[in-house]
Amino acid sequence: MQDFLNMLIASVIPLLFILVYAVVILWVEIKVASHVQDRLGYMYTGGFHGWAQPIADLLKLLTKEHITPVNSDKVLFTLAPVIVFASSYAAYAALPFTSTFVAANLNVGVFYIIAITSFVVIGILMAGWSSNNKYSMLGAMRSVAQIVSYEVPTALSILTVIVVAGTLNLQEICQMQKGGLFNWFIFKYPPFMFITFLIYFTASLAEVNRTPFDIPEAESELVAGYHTEYTGMKFAMFYLAEYANMFLVSGISAILFFGGWNSPFGDFMSGPAWGVFWFVLKGLFFVFLQIMLRWTLPRLRVDQLMYVSWKVLTPISFVNILIVGLWALLK
Amino acid sequence: MIQYFKNIFIAIWTILVGLKLTFKHLFVRAVTIQYPDVKLKLPERARNRLYVNIDDCIGCRQCEMACPVDCITIETVKALPNEDLGVTSTGNKKRLWVTRFDIDVSKCCYCGLCVYPCPTECIYMTDVYEFSEYNRHNLIYHFSNFTPEEAELKKKQVEEFELEQKMKKAQKPAEASVNNPGAGS
Repeated sequence: MQDFLNMLIASVIPLLFILVYAVVILWVEIKVASHVQDRLGYMYTGGFHGWAQPIADLLKLLTKEHITPVNSDKVLFTLAPVIVFASSYAAYAALPFTSTFVAANLNVGVFYIIAITSFVVIGILMAGWSSNNKYSMLGAMRSVAQIVSYEVPTALSILTVIVVAGTLNLQEICQMQKGGLFNWFIFKYPPFMFITFLIYFTASLAEVNRTPFDIPEAESELVAGYHTEYTGMKFAMFYLAEYANMFLVSGISAILFFGGWNSPFGDFMSGPAWGVFWFVLKGLFFVFLQIMLRWTLPRLRVDQLMYVSWKVLTPISFVNILIVGLWALLK
Repeated sequence: MIQYFKNIFIAIWTILVGLKLTFKHLFVRAVTIQYPDVKLKLPERARNRLYVNIDDCIGCRQCEMACPVDCITIETVKALPNEDLGVTSTGNKKRLWVTRFDIDVSKCCYCGLCVYPCPTECIYMTDVYEFSEYNRHNLIYHFSNFTPEEAELKKKQVEEFELEQKMKKAQKPAEASVNNPGAGS
């Protein structure tokens, strides 16, 4: 019973975090979008700069009708958003939020995250196929092609960090980067770890289907891609999963390259509570960067997308892992 | 091979340039305004909703004739000799009752052509531009002081008066012919 309760609490905390974070980031995304375009964005709901608008949006989505297309595969259609959200939520289990809290301290943490986030592909393909809509299916197929090809540079760049750290446990990776800014992995073996980070960041953008790699849901071409037919809470689940994934990949880049929950000032401002602060701050910074990139860059064409993955990121990450591996070996 | 690395460098560099630009625009003052709360000042000669100062109208119908879309409808009734309509603020004497002065704003094209011929400058463009309605008939503005019934009454009065005049006229020549059989017919 005690075990069960502990597990329940440990699993509810990331969920609560995702929900709160999603509401905040929805607002931030719209506000950044409008201010980049010299507009104002939400200004009314809730008083101060429309802070309550995402809450109102969520309430609206919750109360909306569930529409299931007649010719869709009903079981898969209902299951798809659940799988997409569950797989990104499950990955939060291995994220060390602070030195004392990690829902599941796995020895194969990184590997687990790569494995479980691959489930997103199945969910997206399921959604696209069961909708019985050409735009949904095209979006799903594009998405799957994209995620599968970008999984290679992602895995390779994560592997480079694993070579340096010598462990798959995310908590241990964090602990290794203790002691200030210059112990972070991004400053190790210059400039190769920085290149690794660039590869990981680019590939992770593609993994979460964000601009410039948002061809799966390219509004101007495919209506909304794989979630065209979804309404209400099912649609919201896809959105929630997208934002959860954004923080997930940002959190992983924070852990792997930027010291996770470590303070940049060594012992100053460090401790379990500060750990949460630093980790969330670093994660949110990369989420912010992703949002900024969305409003900066145009969408890539499908062939350009494949070019970037197979001809640029993958070979460079291969060379990179060789050099870093040799350097680590010879030191 | 050199081109390959050059391309990668250019890609990263241009992304940074773009990010710099978007980041700069994050802090640029928004060019949009909060419309219902804040309104832009209209230009001095902006043409919007028409207004008629009916007290100054002499019923000359020049605006009605100038209107290219026929959105102005005017009906006038002659004033009786014993009625004094006074003068307009520009000093013109009023001789007609303006029993009907309707402007169908839904037809109005805001050309302002009706404004120029008006001798008393009683029809002019205002700066009101928020006058949408749920019912199209509400867009027909009645500027006359007369209700349709009153207008009807006025018309009848004048008709009666004219009839009287005619009767008088008809009588007069008859009297005249009695007194002076040799003259006219």
